[in-house]
Amino acid sequence: MGQKIDREQVEKVAKLARLDLSDGELTEFTGQLSSILEYIEKLNEIDTDSVEPLAHCLPVHNVFREDVVIPSLDVAAALKNAPASFDNHFKVPKVLDGGPGA
Amino acid sequence: MHELSIIELKDKIAAGEVKSADAVKSVFERIEKHDPVIGAYISTFKEGALKAALDVDERIAAGETVGALAGVPIAVKDNMCVSTGKTTCASKILENFEAPYDGHVIEKLKEADAIIIGKLNMDEFAMGSSCENSALQQTKNPWDVSTVPGGSSGGAAAAVAARMCFGALGSDTGGSIRQPASFCGVVGLKPTYGRVSRYGLVAYGSSLDQIGPLTTTVSDAALMMNVIAGHDKRDSTSISTDVAPVKDYLDGIDQPLDGLKIAVVPELNAGASQQVKDAIEKGLDVYKGLGAEIVEVAMPNVEYAIATYYVIATAEASSNLARFDGVHYGHRTEKPKDYIEVYSKSRAEGFGTEVKRRIMLGTYALSSGYYDAYYLKALKVRNLIRQDFTNAFEKADCLMMPVSPTTAFKIGEKTDDPLEMYMADIYTIAVNLAGIPGISIPCGFDDGGLPIGLQILTEAFTEDRLLRIARMFEKQTEYNTKMPKL
Repeated sequence: MGQKIDREQVEKVAKLARLDLSDGELTEFTGQLSSILEYIEKLNEIDTDSVEPLAHCLPVHNVFREDVVIPSLDVAAALKNAPASFDNHFKVPKVLDGGPGA
Repeated sequence: MHELSIIELKDKIAAGEVKSADAVKSVFERIEKHDPVIGAYISTFKEGALKAALDVDERIAAGETVGALAGVPIAVKDNMCVSTGKTTCASKILENFEAPYDGHVIEKLKEADAIIIGKLNMDEFAMGSSCENSALQQTKNPWDVSTVPGGSSGGAAAAVAARMCFGALGSDTGGSIRQPASFCGVVGLKPTYGRVSRYGLVAYGSSLDQIGPLTTTVSDAALMMNVIAGHDKRDSTSISTDVAPVKDYLDGIDQPLDGLKIAVVPELNAGASQQVKDAIEKGLDVYKGLGAEIVEVAMPNVEYAIATYYVIATAEASSNLARFDGVHYGHRTEKPKDYIEVYSKSRAEGFGTEVKRRIMLGTYALSSGYYDAYYLKALKVRNLIRQDFTNAFEKADCLMMPVSPTTAFKIGEKTDDPLEMYMADIYTIAVNLAGIPGISIPCGFDDGGLPIGLQILTEAFTEDRLLRIARMFEKQTEYNTKMPKL
């Protein structure tokens, strides 16, 4: 076959990415991701054994600040865009089995 | 009034010759007349803009000191948070999102007394090269409405080209300012990574994203840089002014560079269409006429830039876009059967196809067993690509090349094959991997009357020299004064 990635792997990746893809999308992506990955294999033409990975193109260092409380977004503003909220909290369906109902 | 540059308009406003309120009214007349066809704006702030303009006019009349962009109507790409109205990223998942704060560049625009008139269309989450990935609307190229405006800042380029704003802010992760600027015949500058704060810019590829101006002149781009460049502690990759001082980019902009050395990359240019190649050649002739010397350099690793970019950018995107969870903000699916479906169905319903494709690719590249083969490998090649640029800049002051292999293509022409669409990013994408600044300036038109852009690149934090080099060309030519017939 020579496919770089099969449908089963695409389904697994979709699960990792939390994307509930349709049958059509899974089929489409299997083909497209295979050809994109095949193209990316081009990178193996280069010998990089002695090359350091470069995560950032410029020298960046961790930035620290004093451990003091500064004003942040107030609760109402933070919740303004929430699809569901209750009593100053984001509201979600029940997460743990056997816990109190959501 | 619409033919004025930002600098001309702000001078007239400051001198009391033109009222900011009239500039705003005039710009909205153009938007109301032309945007139903062009589709550059996702939202506009007519009432608020007029109010802000009247305030500027009053302060000028009272003799108060006003900011560097006082009274000038400016628009911004819809991935920058503005505390009024919506910030959609042209996505269904953020269709109703109202940002609770202003991004850093928005604060800067407001401090400079610019009038923010609206939010501009883009490819969803800045992923694309044609605005065809916008989930909300298709922006059209003002030079030929059957063609794309480029992307992802296509709305910004189209609005500036159609003079439906005096200048705009876009963002550039792999060419998203320069390529649409080229397609629409305007100036587009991607600053050095870290020069402009990304605070309040919805993240796509965090090690690549950078905000920059789209304008009708090089000097206008310099003025906008004066307003937005600088350190911001809320962006941890914002470069300290101790490391790289912010300059006055207008200072000396009209002064040509003596003994300018320009590097070109023949084997890279070979991939462009004949008409693009001819326009670039003619552009180089203009510089030769000004006494510049052309040197040929090789950049053997740049041909790997597309493969490298689509691993790194999608890996970063898959992580950045994990925040869209149907919980904190954005779309939530109607009837999830459990909490997992809150994530997986909300995201499936909210994201468009290209965004899903890139999240999938990035997730795969980072997943167990593939990380070394793809992500780590790409980071190593990124180092080699950056080295190619370092080597080139040892031989010359700047690099010049096309922005895109072709002029604007037809709407729908490339949507079937994502890889083909990615390939067209060859000239712009390596620049983001290296973090250096780049500009696209108008340098000609093809047989169909579509604009062609010349791309100029310089070393990190030398935007002042980059703008001066660009200005040398602009002074000798009239391409940037041409306007599309609407």
